[in-house]
Parts: sequence; C-alpha cells; structure tokens
Amino acid sequence: MGKAFAEKVLARAAGLSDVRPGEIVDVYPDLYMSHMASWRCIRTLEKMGTDKLYDPERIAMVMDHISPARIAKTADDQRLCREFAVRKGINKFYDVEAGIAHVVLMEAGHIRPGMVVIGTDSHSTIYGALGALGTGVGFSEITAAWVTGKLWMKVPESIKVIIEGPLARGTSSKDVMLKLIGDLTADGATYCSVEFHGSYVERLSISDRMTLCNLAMELGAKNAFVRPDEITRSYLGERGVPPGQYTEIHPDPDPVYVKSVTIDGRSLVPQIACPHTVDNVKPIDQVAGTKVNQVFVGSCANAKYEDLVEAARILKGRKIAPGVRLLVSPASKEIVARTVKDGTYSILLEAGALITNPGCSACAGDGGVMADGEVTLSTANRNFQGRMGSYNAEIYLGSPAVAAATAVRGVITDPREFL
Amino acid sequence: MEIRGRCWKFGDNIPTDKIVRTDMIFKPWSEILKHVLESCNPEFPAKVKPGDIVVAGKHFGQSSGRAIAAKAMKQTKVGCIIAESFARTFYRNGFEIGMPLLECPGITAQVSDGDILRVEIESGKIVNEKTGGEFEAKPTPPFLLDMLKAGGLIAMADRLAGEG
Repeated sequence: MGKAFAEKVLARAAGLSDVRPGEIVDVYPDLYMSHMASWRCIRTLEKMGTDKLYDPERIAMVMDHISPARIAKTADDQRLCREFAVRKGINKFYDVEAGIAHVVLMEAGHIRPGMVVIGTDSHSTIYGALGALGTGVGFSEITAAWVTGKLWMKVPESIKVIIEGPLARGTSSKDVMLKLIGDLTADGATYCSVEFHGSYVERLSISDRMTLCNLAMELGAKNAFVRPDEITRSYLGERGVPPGQYTEIHPDPDPVYVKSVTIDGRSLVPQIACPHTVDNVKPIDQVAGTKVNQVFVGSCANAKYEDLVEAARILKGRKIAPGVRLLVSPASKEIVARTVKDGTYSILLEAGALITNPGCSACAGDGGVMADGEVTLSTANRNFQGRMGSYNAEIYLGSPAVAAATAVRGVITDPREFL
Repeated sequence: MEIRGRCWKFGDNIPTDKIVRTDMIFKPWSEILKHVLESCNPEFPAKVKPGDIVVAGKHFGQSSGRAIAAKAMKQTKVGCIIAESFARTFYRNGFEIGMPLLECPGITAQVSDGDILRVEIESGKIVNEKTGGEFEAKPTPPFLLDMLKAGGLIAMADRLAGEG
C-alpha cells in the first residue's frame, strides 16, 4: 500500500524513513508563522529566559488581524514585534500594511511544495494550495518551536475529496466547499489530512486552491492538500522561486484513505452557510430574499484578486442597494495594487463599496461590526454568533458572486440572475 | 492524578467563540470569567466551582485556534474536560497549558448535569458515582502526561532547551 501526502511530508520533516497514521512524531517545521499573536510569543520567550533561536530564517511574522492599531496597547504590541524582528534578524517580517498573513506569505514565495508550516492561525490549512502541509497551533507552541525547532505531531489519516468539473454556471470553489462542509459537517474531517483530487482541481488557479484548502479547516481538518503541478510551478516562478528551490511531495497512487467523497461540480448550485454554524448549508433558493444590512467581501478565504474581480464583474455599472453597506477588504497590498491598476478598484468604489486597507478586517472583528438584529452576507469562512459585533446579529456565508449580487439587491440573491 | 467533581454537560461542536466571545478577548480575566460558555449554559460562569468536571460532545473547541479558549477553561479551575472528541487545536492548547483533557466517545449519554464523577487521568478511568457506571477514555500519550506533570509545554520546552 502506498502513502498519502501527509505521511510522506511528515516523515521527511521528522527525518524518518517511514511513519504511519496515528504515530506521534517530532517534526521540524520549515516555517513558523505568527500573526497578531507574535507579541505573545515574544513575551513567552522572555519568560523562558532564553534568547537562543533555533533558526531565525524559519520565523515569519505578519502584523494582521488588527491593522493598523486602534488602541495604544496594540500599537505597543506591534512595536515589540517590529523591534524584536530587527534585533533578531528576522527577515520575513511584514508590517501592518501588508495584509492577511497567509496570503502575504504565499505571495512572497515563502510557502513552497513539500514544506511543513505551522501558524498561530487555524486557517493555516491554506498552505496546502501550494502543496505544503500547513496546520494551526497555539502561540506558546510557536514559541517552543522558535527555541527547540520542533513540534509534536500525530500523523493524520487522510480523506480523499474528488471534485468533478467544470463547475456549473454561477458557482465557484466557495460553493464546492460549502456543499462539502454541509454534507460532511463541521467535524467531518477532524484530525485528518484532506486531499483534493478530480478533474476540477487539475489546472485550477492557486486562488481557488487557497479557498479549498482554507475552508477545509471548517471540516475540522488538520491540513489540506492540492497536488503541485504546472500551475503551482508557474505561480512560484513568477515570485522568484524556481523548481530547484523546493522538492514536491506527491501522494502515492494507492494510499489508504479513511474516507473518499465525490462532489459533482457540474450540477452544483450556489450554496449559503446560514447562521450560526458553517455546516448549516442550504442551496441559495432556500434563503434568497433574506434582507441584509451589510455585505462583506473579505478574509483569507475569499478576498484574493480573483475574488474581487468576480465581485466587480457583477457590480460593474451598478449601484448597491440603498441602506446597505458593502465592505471590501482586499487580502493583501499586492492585490490592492493589481485592482488599482486594472480598474477593478474603481468599479467597486463607483458601485458604492467602502474599501478598507488590506487585512483581516471584519472577519477578525476589526471594524465592520453589526448592531443588534443586523444581518451580514460575508465571503469569510466563519459565521459563529458574536464573531462580528452584536451577539444578536446574523452572518450568512457565500461566494464573492453571491456577495456582489446581494449587495445590489439588498437581499440574498442568486448571482445567476446577473450572469 | 485523580479528580472528583460535579459534572457540567455540554453539546456537540462548541466553538472557541462560544467559550470566549470575540469581544471579550482583550478584557481582563475577571470580566472574561463572567461569560465563559454562557450562551451554552447561562448558569455555568457564576456557579462553576474548582474541581468541577466539564463533559462535552463531539468536536469541543472547534473553530479558531486561539489559546485563550483553553486558558479560560483553566481559569474557571475545572479539574478536567472530558469530550467525545476535541478540535485538534483545542486539544493541543489544553495540554500546552497543563489542562487535563480526556476523549471518551459515548460519554455524554452516560452522565447528567450535577452527577459526581471520579476521573483518573493516567488510566483514563471514569466513574459516575451517581449511577455507578464505569467508562474508559482513550489513553493519553505518555509524553502528554509528562507535559501535564511539568505544568505545560513551556515548562517542558524550557527543560528541553536547557538540555540542548
């Protein structure tokens, strides 16, 4: 029997020839990402009373979640990180203007196939979009890795998700994942490595792969994976990372999967995750017409360049409904620059959008919160109660196309009406 | 390590956002503790006592990996958390701060709010004194028991760093 991706990559990072699901191994991750929690890592390091770092080149810090600072305490925390980075020679330091950590690190070429990446953020599963194993851990675990270089990991079992394409009109990678989360439920892949296969995934854009791998977290997955291919190599090549600088790891042809699931994208309809759980998923016709106060296009799941272009395709030449707030928070500075250059930015502005600086924004409760009784349609990855302001507010999740169509009508709207 | 206390029972898929609300994250502990798990059981924050035992369904601590959720549970001074299963980040964060966690599929059907439970962390043996029922949790890997005894990951990493 062959091995799945997770077994092969963890064996490599643990320096072992062979590992099996269920086995606990000491892994030496290739990159330790910390975001807003970086200051907590630094304070924990101070408490440990050590100053010796295992390898500063493996440390990446991005000042996201709250950016720029809104209170003096946050400004102080961010200064601590900035000064620490200079003092310790941490080259992969990205300040408050950069955007959402995951997207920033991928755009900068720091995430490569075959890597093991740990991050202080549960959506670190996104790194599977470039054929790496990414997984979330707490900030103290990042601190311990800074010092010891290693982390305990249980080798996960693997689930195979086969997505057959091309996707039906008006649907996207977001709809695929919402359908999958609705079918498998929020703990459908707990502790597991989720591998995406099938005709839809072949030659899929990195942006869509990011959406797939990001949302795998909402199945409880430990990590996610899309097999690196020509698309991956060209994405990295454009970012100054030639194939000689990484080693791809592919699953064997015949691994043991604990579960195999097929999604037929050819018959998919737009999907909506309804309040207050991500697995409360319904086809859009069951919730179309629900009045919204706010539409949010943002988060590491769906605020990439391609997502903003998709929203702009529907918003072009239209205005958002009176009384509705449309909040757009691009995932990175690079994305802002691209949308400014090609006119997407102007289309969104003219339609009535409030475009914020790049970052986590409303998804992390950093602005864009709701009053009692309000409703938001969001492209983010979570809709738990209390996540965006009032506890008595509701969040619906959908694709960028659904968000744009909903902003225009002021009620949850099927984007196919505009296509 | 034996723990004996009153049972507080919770359902499946409780997210970290419900253990500690997002708008509470930067508040002092005194404030956070007034709201821990309140939307699941409004009595819990006011009435939980040191040594009580939380029993939850599947996938406890799902959603964000924020360590404050596990820390808040520790701050309530509950003796341990038993769940049918945990979200993996919550599981890591629990041991990391020295909070005993046990996975015991089927446990929620065997206990009720207020039952007195006796739990032996090392062996995973759980006794419901009210019903007399005895249950076996999944064994905890020895190195995680070591981490608990050391007082958490940083205490242990400190020791490892000293050896290196």
